[in-house]
Amino acid sequence: MLITKLKSEEAIASLASGKVFIINCHGCKEVGFPEEEAKALQKKLESEGKVVGTLTTDYVCNPTELSLRLRAPMAKIAEADAVLVFSCGVGVQTISEVLEDKPVYACCDTVELPGFQGVTPLEYDCGQCGECFLNLTGGICPITACSKSLVNGPCGGTSDSGKCEVCPDMECGWERIIQRLKAQGRLDVLKCPTQLHDFNTDEATKAAKESE
Amino acid sequence: MRITELFDNGEFVVSAEVGPPKGIHIDGMVEEAKKYLTDVHFVNVTDNQSSVMRLGSLATCKVLKDAGLNPIFQLTCRDRNRIALQSDLLSAAMLGIDNILCLTGDHTKLGDHPQAKPVFDLDSVSLLHTASLLETGVDLGGNALVGEAPKFAKGAVVSPCSDSVDAQLVKMERKVKAGAEYFQTQAVFEPEKFIKFMEAAKQFGKPVQVGIIIPKSAGMCKFMNNNVAGVHIPDELIAELQADKEKTKAGITGVEIAARIIRECKPYCQGVHIMSLGWESKIPALLSQAGLK
Ligand code: SF4
Ligand code: SF4
Repeated sequence: MLITKLKSEEAIASLASGKVFIINCHGCKEVGFPEEEAKALQKKLESEGKVVGTLTTDYVCNPTELSLRLRAPMAKIAEADAVLVFSCGVGVQTISEVLEDKPVYACCDTVELPGFQGVTPLEYDCGQCGECFLNLTGGICPITACSKSLVNGPCGGTSDSGKCEVCPDMECGWERIIQRLKAQGRLDVLKCPTQLHDFNTDEATKAAKESE
Repeated sequence: MRITELFDNGEFVVSAEVGPPKGIHIDGMVEEAKKYLTDVHFVNVTDNQSSVMRLGSLATCKVLKDAGLNPIFQLTCRDRNRIALQSDLLSAAMLGIDNILCLTGDHTKLGDHPQAKPVFDLDSVSLLHTASLLETGVDLGGNALVGEAPKFAKGAVVSPCSDSVDAQLVKMERKVKAGAEYFQTQAVFEPEKFIKFMEAAKQFGKPVQVGIIIPKSAGMCKFMNNNVAGVHIPDELIAELQADKEKTKAGITGVEIAARIIRECKPYCQGVHIMSLGWESKIPALLSQAGLK
């Protein structure tokens, strides 16, 4: 896991409109995970009767390990309308892929930590953008899966075979996003408001600017 | 004059595209534009098209405007961050260039400076959003503009013959929400597909100009089929171009094909956008064969 911070309580509440299954990753948490706050928030969701089950594990970013660990709680997961994940962006992407037909939501933003890349495998990549977009993109990272890191949909360059204009060997990340959302019957997710990618990933200057 | 005014008047709006030269001598281009584009309502000026470095779009727009033409300022998000894009939007408005077309832009790797840093701080949707915001007198940083706010006719593109129609419609809707007031399309060679797309796109209530490329040769068509996203040229059209090589070389066949496509699409859209790719001289013949002058 990379260093994460919780999304706002309202944001998480809006993701938990139905029944949810919660997955916590305590992988390389020494790097940074807001454990206490996450616990408090999950307690609240539980008291509201929304949680059908919780799995706290480590290294959800390893697809093989993850599949094994999801076996036991699979029935519970099937009951849930969505899976809420408290992990870095790589973890959320891995879970989204394994649970392909279930909405999987990120409850954390992965923030920049210069010099440390976590213990993540290479299949999925998180650019530590600081404001995780995965909930708007079917769990596929637009920052790292799109050659232009576009956050408002595909450019006009996707080839008919679904490849990226920049490198014909690469799947267009946005084509993947659209196909996944379509398969889940959730294309409407893409009708969200215009997104702006905030490139100021420095928490300190952000805080200073806000207090101004 | 803003392009939206013409649409509002119910005109079938004709625009054509010109690409600035790679250099500072623009007289030839202006003369050609004055000669061949007199029956065209608007002239799009491309922005370092295909990521190939050229003379700037805004400066070229200003020269064309001074020469009596109505330019459309194309902006891509490849080369400028949000500060530079907003600044250029203000510069355009100050120069009286108030027709814009917002694009994401090709990647730098596809052009003649593959070493360049691609920017993509914004994209087509957020650029439209930004222009809309400036019109309210506020910039993207939340700061107030001084004095009267600019006003633009904000355009965008859509690819109606793309295999991924869902993706196109979703993106089109996002562009409309972000402020797009008119659309120009990728080149259309399959009117049936275009007409079907327009059925679905009608819901947005925005004028659409069908995109037209005059096919120059069978080779060009094959190249586009293999390399240009969302463009499909049917085999029959390619055969038509192969039938009489001389006629094709003279541009006669290409103009016939393009005029036919315009006539077929015209009842379903609000205008035509011609990307002549150096064949500006064929535009008058095309317009008359298409019944547009
Ligand atoms: S959107 Fe991508 S880069 Fe940003 S936090 Fe999520 S996974 Fe990481
Ligand atoms: S083709 Fe797809 S992956 Fe490539 S830059 Fe465009 S949207 Fe991104």
